[in-house]
Amino acid sequence: MMNMKKTAALLLVAGALSACSNADRFGNGGNGGTNGAGNGGIVAGSVNDPHSVAYFQQTVGDRVLFLVNQSTLTDQGRSVLAGQAQWLSQNPEYTARVEGHADEQGTREYNLALGARRANAVSEYLVSQGVSSARVNTVSFGKERPIEICSSESCYSQNRRSVTVVGAGIPTS
Amino acid sequence: MTYMSRIITRLFAFLILAVTVSAAHAERLVIDLSNPRVEPVPLAVPSFVAENSAANEYAQQIAQVVAADLVGTGLFRQVSQDAFISNITSFEAPVQYADWRAINVEGLISGAVTVTDDGGVNVKFRVYDIATGAELGSGLQLGGTTGSWRRLAHKVADTVYSRITGEGAYFDSRVVYVSEAGPKDNRRKRLAVMDYDGANLQYLTDSSDIVLAPRFSPTGDRVLYTSYETGTPQVFLLDVGSVQRRALGGQDGAMTFAPRFGPNGNTVVFSSSTGGNTDIFTVDLRTGARARLTSSPSIETSPSFSPDGSQIVFESDRSGSPQLYVMSASGGEARRISFGNGRYGTPVWSPRGDLVAFTKQNDGRFHIGVMRTDGSEERLLTVSFLDEGPTWSPNGRVIMFMRETSGAEGQASLYSVDISGRNLRRVNTEGSGSDPAWSPLLP
Repeated sequence: MMNMKKTAALLLVAGALSACSNADRFGNGGNGGTNGAGNGGIVAGSVNDPHSVAYFQQTVGDRVLFLVNQSTLTDQGRSVLAGQAQWLSQNPEYTARVEGHADEQGTREYNLALGARRANAVSEYLVSQGVSSARVNTVSFGKERPIEICSSESCYSQNRRSVTVVGAGIPTS
Repeated sequence: MTYMSRIITRLFAFLILAVTVSAAHAERLVIDLSNPRVEPVPLAVPSFVAENSAANEYAQQIAQVVAADLVGTGLFRQVSQDAFISNITSFEAPVQYADWRAINVEGLISGAVTVTDDGGVNVKFRVYDIATGAELGSGLQLGGTTGSWRRLAHKVADTVYSRITGEGAYFDSRVVYVSEAGPKDNRRKRLAVMDYDGANLQYLTDSSDIVLAPRFSPTGDRVLYTSYETGTPQVFLLDVGSVQRRALGGQDGAMTFAPRFGPNGNTVVFSSSTGGNTDIFTVDLRTGARARLTSSPSIETSPSFSPDGSQIVFESDRSGSPQLYVMSASGGEARRISFGNGRYGTPVWSPRGDLVAFTKQNDGRFHIGVMRTDGSEERLLTVSFLDEGPTWSPNGRVIMFMRETSGAEGQASLYSVDISGRNLRRVNTEGSGSDPAWSPLLP
């Protein structure tokens, strides 16, 4: 019983931590969105603070999905990216690193190149929407960092993605 | 001092004069690798004779490693010691051929081990063709340090394999690969190197950064690989002995990956991505001079030199899907060599120069296959959910590759297969492993 209470307390702490912190490196951000409830207003850095990273991730949307072997943006993708560009223009202290990812259907090296193509397509679109190219850089993770780990299309479709990671300290080299 | 250099300076070999008279007729303990027998050849490998008490612990182990190497080829099977009528108790005593014929042994390996006061091991061995009643080749003595006993055993097996097949061998070799741990969405990777059979494992990096696809230099002392150490994928060069590494820098923030050595050991060919476009480049390790080999808007990656250094086979999606192409090592016009259904990748030129091994994806399955360097005679050797990244044994007869199982619990393992398509085996690794690269035969 004692152990269970301890575990429950730890889980609460862990939950609070993950809600406060940025989503992890590969876009596994929680879908909580209830952080700050009961405080009667906007909590800086929380999802209902429009200048927060959490807001960018969850409300603007930090990711764009791609079709199999494609790096062409979908209408839905362009719509998300227009929102990202707008957010970046309103939050000029942030820079963006665009990660390109692929599903596991493909060789490691080809998928690195494919992820680079996807990240570049996103980067170019952001720049076309007025974001300075100096604020955006790209990296490919190929198939190294899936967020869904089943081996079927329901997971693959989520892994063929770009994730725009915003931060004040991200280098733009 | 490193594992390899310590041994290289101490290994020696010399011939022992035959004690038996060679039979006049042809030896029949022969395997033609281009047309191997379906039934493995029955082989007897009795425990080697310990010629002094310090040799006791090595005599049996060396014979076991020799037998494991040979049986592992799929070309031989080991006849159980329980079936032996006579045994080898003295290295010099005449072989009782009739006793071995009676239990259908075709090849017999006898050996003896001596451990010297200064920590050396000497191994003597002879190979007997039981059918002809004669020794196959001459007796040979190998020496090294006690710490190198496994290498001595592999060298014995290499000699036996070469005498019976007439071709180069591959047992005294190493494999560098990516050791993996953790789930698919948080996989930790680090470089590891081991003997080809999984022994003598050594980690070359920690798992703080993603590392991918290591490749040996032509002399086996250096490794190229791709690391996320700087945040983006970059090619690194690592010295196996000192474990010192350096980025092949100067790429202006471009992502670089898919490196391989040229046969001279000085030229490195690799892919570089800038502005979403991936092309193939070379860099000279001595001068740092770079050259661009491709410049199309399509993806060009996974380059691999021909063994004479004159050509490069690579992967490109310029036709709309990834296919294999061959171009001059200085770039220029490329000719497509893959035309089957599906997507082709990771071509690797065989050390014999005759074949290209590749990964093929078709109908939701992956294959490892081989084709001639003009693209003819394509043969698929394996099929699974995900087979990828072939690497050639030093003699060009065996291919090692990665096989990953499907689903949330999917794990990567190393496998090997004969280029005949036979003898698919899981390679012994500690934990999961991917991206194997086979070294040349050690000196």
